[in-house]
Amino acid sequence: MSDIINPVVLVDRSLYFIIGFSFVFLFAVTLVMIYFVIRYRRSRHPVPADIRGNWKLETAWIFIPTLIALAMFVSGWQAYSGLRTVPEGALEVEVIAQSFSWIFIYPTGKETENELKVPVNTPVKLTITSADVIHSLYIPAFRVKVDAVKGLTTHAWFLPENPGEYFLQCTEFCGVGHADMTGVVQVVSREEFDEWVADDGW
Amino acid sequence: MEAVKSFYDTPVPARFTGMLSWLITLDHKRIGLMYLFAILFWFLLAVLLGGAIRLELMFPGENIMHADLYNSAFTLHGVIMIFLFIIPALPAVFGNFFLPIHIGADDVYFPKLNLLSWYLYMTGGVIAIVSLFSDGFPDTGWTFYVPFSISTNTNVSTAVFAAFILGFSSMLTGLNFITTIHKMRVKTMGWLQMPLFTWSLYATSWVQLLATPVIAITLVLVMVERFFNVGLFDPARGGDPILYQHLFWIYSHPAVYIMILPGMGVISEIIPVFARKSIFGYKAIVASSMAIAIAGSLVWAHHMYTSGMSDTAVFVFSLLTFVVAIPSAIKVFSWVATLYKGAIQMTPPLFLSLCFIYLFSVGGLTGLVLGAAGANIHVHDTHFVVAHFHFTMFGGTGFAFFAALHYWWPKMFGRMYDFKKAYAAAILVTAGFMLHYVPMFVLGLQGMPRRYYDYLPQYAAGNFFAGFGAMFMILGIGLMMVNLFLSFRRAQISDPDPWGGVTLEWTVPSPPPVHNFVTDPDVLDYPYDFSGVVAGAVNKSRRT
Repeated sequence: MSDIINPVVLVDRSLYFIIGFSFVFLFAVTLVMIYFVIRYRRSRHPVPADIRGNWKLETAWIFIPTLIALAMFVSGWQAYSGLRTVPEGALEVEVIAQSFSWIFIYPTGKETENELKVPVNTPVKLTITSADVIHSLYIPAFRVKVDAVKGLTTHAWFLPENPGEYFLQCTEFCGVGHADMTGVVQVVSREEFDEWVADDGW
Repeated sequence: MEAVKSFYDTPVPARFTGMLSWLITLDHKRIGLMYLFAILFWFLLAVLLGGAIRLELMFPGENIMHADLYNSAFTLHGVIMIFLFIIPALPAVFGNFFLPIHIGADDVYFPKLNLLSWYLYMTGGVIAIVSLFSDGFPDTGWTFYVPFSISTNTNVSTAVFAAFILGFSSMLTGLNFITTIHKMRVKTMGWLQMPLFTWSLYATSWVQLLATPVIAITLVLVMVERFFNVGLFDPARGGDPILYQHLFWIYSHPAVYIMILPGMGVISEIIPVFARKSIFGYKAIVASSMAIAIAGSLVWAHHMYTSGMSDTAVFVFSLLTFVVAIPSAIKVFSWVATLYKGAIQMTPPLFLSLCFIYLFSVGGLTGLVLGAAGANIHVHDTHFVVAHFHFTMFGGTGFAFFAALHYWWPKMFGRMYDFKKAYAAAILVTAGFMLHYVPMFVLGLQGMPRRYYDYLPQYAAGNFFAGFGAMFMILGIGLMMVNLFLSFRRAQISDPDPWGGVTLEWTVPSPPPVHNFVTDPDVLDYPYDFSGVVAGAVNKSRRT
């Protein structure tokens, strides 16, 4: 499965790029502003210059930010495409959101509540809908978020690369139990998963 | 000039004295002040609600209120702040008071319509209060997303109706300002001789007039849905909830530009005055205001990347969102460049304006994170978004409102406040603001959703610091208000131009007379020409 690009990498790259640039930009603007205020204070610089504009400078600060903004757009779009393009051979899990819990239905017919168990290193495709109001499935570790809307099916996918427990939450306000509508993603070995999913429980 | 009576001493018939003379006034200055006091009341109420929210979140679990009360608290905080404070704050208070004076006019074009707008605003506010005390507080968030807002049993219809009425107040004010700017400018003032605050109000007014009807329609549809169960938005009845989101944001995204554009206008007035230097790139700032008004109306669905709309729509709206970032950046550059080689005098309004530039820049830059499609997916509907829009709306518009209060206070009331307390308050608010909202960026990146009553243990530290900062901020706001109102115990100032401004409001007495201008005022060829002020200042220092 090493040929699949994990969209987490793309999302993080976009986040680092935009936030990193923002820090530099903010630092520069603030520093220049404070320098001007101190350097040109009235007690030291009583007679102001009369500068009303400078078309070269103004053109530069239209074009350069436009290019940077477009680069940011592209990085964001690449990450988004990664999140939307489901690779072949993904495990398909149906998700039904309801006030206030998550139901997961596996291809074998097995159902769980608030617990999504998946095998490691296998892409997982989630097909999501809602039984009542709008909810939104959010798994921060996999940068996955998609709304659950009644009458509409949405999808998302992720690639769990490390075994462990990750949390999932509802991020579309849905009422008094909104903050309790959380669950767990358990990433386990292939063997453990196969055994678990075949056993339809109680 | 001592016999000039201020607008506070308007002659009135004997039957209409005291409060009554204000309630029937058509004077734009009085209406502006009536808005000011109503708006300050709502602002302080919503600040306290926000403080209660942060207090609840300071520690995990239930602290001061139940989940249902918490949900109502953030709904009311949002509804009041958006519809009763930020949208009307700058246009209705300072626009009403100063727009006619800025263009050398005696009043707005439709003074009666202006008073009607105030009554609509007050009616909307009263209905909002009524919604609190009947059938339970609305608990949907200020976005009223369907189908939740249709299925909840609380008093959503009344709150929605209040927002509907407030929309009319906003539209009529916009209509009034557009007409006033077109028809009432003193004959010698061309379009490119108007102050930038007036320009920003012009751009804002068009958005108010064109976008607000959409929310009015939408809110009526929500009421129809609630009362008659038609099935417009409710998927259980064959409706489409995504349609609601589009309709809601077609207004509510342009609305954020209704909120910020006048704030930018205020900053464009204040910076040149205290730098005593022409604004850098007047035409570019005018063009940016109009560009923001137009492009800002085309980006609404960037609130909906996760909603299930098509990927093509995500592509288009993400691209347009980056386009609208450029004019805001141009304004920031122009403000900073205005300071270059100025003769800068530090005063509370300038200090607050510099805080505005910093905080608004943070808000704008984090908006880029949200505009980028893939990055947005991670932080959408988290505390990151909440921090982002508080940086733009509060750090931006809120600070512009504070700056405008400090800048125009001596003109409106003829009193000067204490500078030391004003600085202390500004520093307290800004420092508290940073401690309040910066941790929320981190919480959002960690994955803490918004509108959460309780949270997972890993979010405890950030929420604690945010709550701590909020308390400082509220103290600062309190000190600022007390300091401003303590100015009434000080002596009347006599100088019509305490700052050395060149726009027309500084040529009339403080506070202005009933009729703003005795004769048509002299309009500067270039609206920010400080050569006269500089010469005057040099002469003054020679004399002493």
